[in-house]
Amino acid sequence: MNFEFSDDQKQLRDQARRFLSEKCPPKAVRAVLEGKAPYDKELWKGLAEMGFLGVAIPEEFGGTGAGHLELCVIAEEMGRAVAPVPFSSTVYLAAEALLLAGSDAQKQKWLPKIASGEAIGTLALFEGPGNPAPQGVKLTAANGVLNGVKTPVADGAIADFAVVVARHGASGRETDIGLYLVDLKAGGVEARALTSIDPSRNQAELTFKDCKAEPLGAASEGWSLLSQVLDRAAVLTAFEQVGGADRALEMGRDYALDRIAFGRPIGSFQAVKHILADMYVAATLARSNCYYGAWALSTNAGELGEAAATARISATQAFQHCAKQNIQVHGGMGFTWEFDCHLYYRRSNALALSLGSLSYWEDTLIERMRKKNAA
Amino acid sequence: MNFDDTPQEAAFRAEARAWIAANAPKQYEDELAKSSLGRLVLSGANVLEVAKAWQKKKADAGWACLHWPKEYGGRGSSPIERVIWQQEEGAYGKLGRMFIIGHGMCGPTMMAYAGEAQKREHLPPLASGEKVWCQLFSEPAGGSDVAGLRTRAERDGDDWIVNGQKIWTSGAHYSDYGILITRTDPTVPKHKGLTMFFLDMKSPGVEIKPIRQANGQSEFNEVYFTDVRIPDSQRLGEVGDGWNVSLTTLMNERMSIGASVATGFPELFDYCSSLVVDGRPAIEDRAVRAKLANWAVKASGLKYTAFRSISALSRGERPGPENSIGKLVAGAMIQEVATYALDLQGAAGVVSDPADAEVEGKFQAMLLRSPATRVEGGTDEILRNIIAERVLGLPGDIRVDKDVPFNQIPTRGRA
Repeated sequence: MNFEFSDDQKQLRDQARRFLSEKCPPKAVRAVLEGKAPYDKELWKGLAEMGFLGVAIPEEFGGTGAGHLELCVIAEEMGRAVAPVPFSSTVYLAAEALLLAGSDAQKQKWLPKIASGEAIGTLALFEGPGNPAPQGVKLTAANGVLNGVKTPVADGAIADFAVVVARHGASGRETDIGLYLVDLKAGGVEARALTSIDPSRNQAELTFKDCKAEPLGAASEGWSLLSQVLDRAAVLTAFEQVGGADRALEMGRDYALDRIAFGRPIGSFQAVKHILADMYVAATLARSNCYYGAWALSTNAGELGEAAATARISATQAFQHCAKQNIQVHGGMGFTWEFDCHLYYRRSNALALSLGSLSYWEDTLIERMRKKNAA
Repeated sequence: MNFDDTPQEAAFRAEARAWIAANAPKQYEDELAKSSLGRLVLSGANVLEVAKAWQKKKADAGWACLHWPKEYGGRGSSPIERVIWQQEEGAYGKLGRMFIIGHGMCGPTMMAYAGEAQKREHLPPLASGEKVWCQLFSEPAGGSDVAGLRTRAERDGDDWIVNGQKIWTSGAHYSDYGILITRTDPTVPKHKGLTMFFLDMKSPGVEIKPIRQANGQSEFNEVYFTDVRIPDSQRLGEVGDGWNVSLTTLMNERMSIGASVATGFPELFDYCSSLVVDGRPAIEDRAVRAKLANWAVKASGLKYTAFRSISALSRGERPGPENSIGKLVAGAMIQEVATYALDLQGAAGVVSDPADAEVEGKFQAMLLRSPATRVEGGTDEILRNIIAERVLGLPGDIRVDKDVPFNQIPTRGRA
């Protein structure tokens, strides 16, 4: 057994960390947060040049073909840096959907552009409040066009193309749902930017009016494909969340070492130590669950469904816990705009909702464990 | 990143599996598999005798204390082989519970500090379970603050004479030997005046009184010492160096990873799958699922944290204090799990007699035993301090007694 990343993968992590600490300091995150740009274009270009956007895209489609373990490593660093770029939408969702269901022509059209940073992609799934469910999909697909509204769509206002979840039948079964590929720059879609709890990432409402679309994968298999895409994205997002959780823990620890009150560093008080110890526990459990997810993702194991839900729940809890308690350790300073604590607090809560919320994944995990046990 | 055995590991696993299949006491497999915290009953048999017989059988075939050197009764195995053995031993591993302290703490301390002849004499019967060892550390005045212990050892020629009292000594009532930490100099600060020994528990002047626990059982004891003579040859480490010797013991406790900590989750998951509430299995209820999922990811997180430690071990790295999270997480969790299992039973949850209670009173026994898991072997609070100070590097608490001679430290909070 070897339950650890390889030396090469660790080297890649160091490389990504160095790159991001230089190109993505908190100042860069704040520029997007404060509305100076919808995302950091320079950083996006840099990520493409480093080969990070195409790390899990095969060479024949313009990527480096390194693999999903390498992508996990980079995802963690993106989370640490709370990077203000459409990485998760483009790489975990759009690219994974194309790799899973795309025709050769569809892959040839979009994957090289993703790897080179020329195209931003996203997944348009949600239609207002609610978690992923076939009956929640009202947007229709008929005669090659889509009609309906998707909201919120992460990076919807800056994306070049979208994988859209749409209804093509009315039998009441999962097979009514299909995936469709839409060139968002070709007309028929109107994007309205939405203000969100985490303005360092773009959110939008997309209105489709007789918008041209082509099927992605078999029309009757849309829901099953979506579920596979969400599982893969859940593992990758969990790495982002663990990266964020670790950074929030470090910030809290550093502050507790520096801040003096009652004549001693606040980190010497047990009340503060125990907060930080519990943050460490949450982050460690989540990291271990993420490694399990990474193994399942990279080997396409039968356990991917269970591993992905486990990693997702654990990492969501850990990031939310660490980001919240980091503010508590900082006291009043943690609630200032000036300190970076809120960048992590905002991102942790936005990521917690991005692929279906905690209650959705809890339900999914237990259903999967039950089926496995019954089998 | 993979879970695959190397060819050597696979061969070792096959050998272990075949031996266990041919030799394990299969008549107890069901009861062992079903036993959980607070209850280990083998019908018609004495658990201690069954455990000793299994341990002896393993030792005779070279499967006891796998990571110990052969000359001391072990097998000279790698850490990873030890983990493979534990995986294969499965439920039978629960029989090893009464040897954990001897094998995990006393043995390694003897290996580090005893003389060669003593090691050859004492370690093989310890490995084979013929002799059981206990650890005499905690005292009424020194629980979390172990270095506050007051049991005195005074030099008398070639012997030491020991007077005092230990408490919470697991298994003292069936132990043959013990390692004992004493105060040999009360005029120096508390960590500096300690000395470690090992002794025969049948020595004159040793009196063992079982403690009746809050759950009605008796796993722990009080041990009284009245003019007990211990030869100086049974001293472990230098006079006054007992604190450092005890750290070796505790460090070795952390090495004994892989032994999975009980969380209660598998039992609860099974129970929720079979329990019918409002006409359908409890596990179909979303509120139940949310609770189960939270515990599922903790149990899974602990499992894979242990796997990461095993990977580190097999690369030749020493696992550090980060292993403290195992007991911290599992201890609190098993208490919550037991409480919730009773909640699901409604008023019937109050019934604990195995003959009348749900799933033979498993969760009631767990509930009543669980407060101890958050205290024994380091309280939740001490474990959080360890994580904060040794993993995260936060400053130690201010210790007002650190440089004060031991006999000048106040002994009561209120006059």
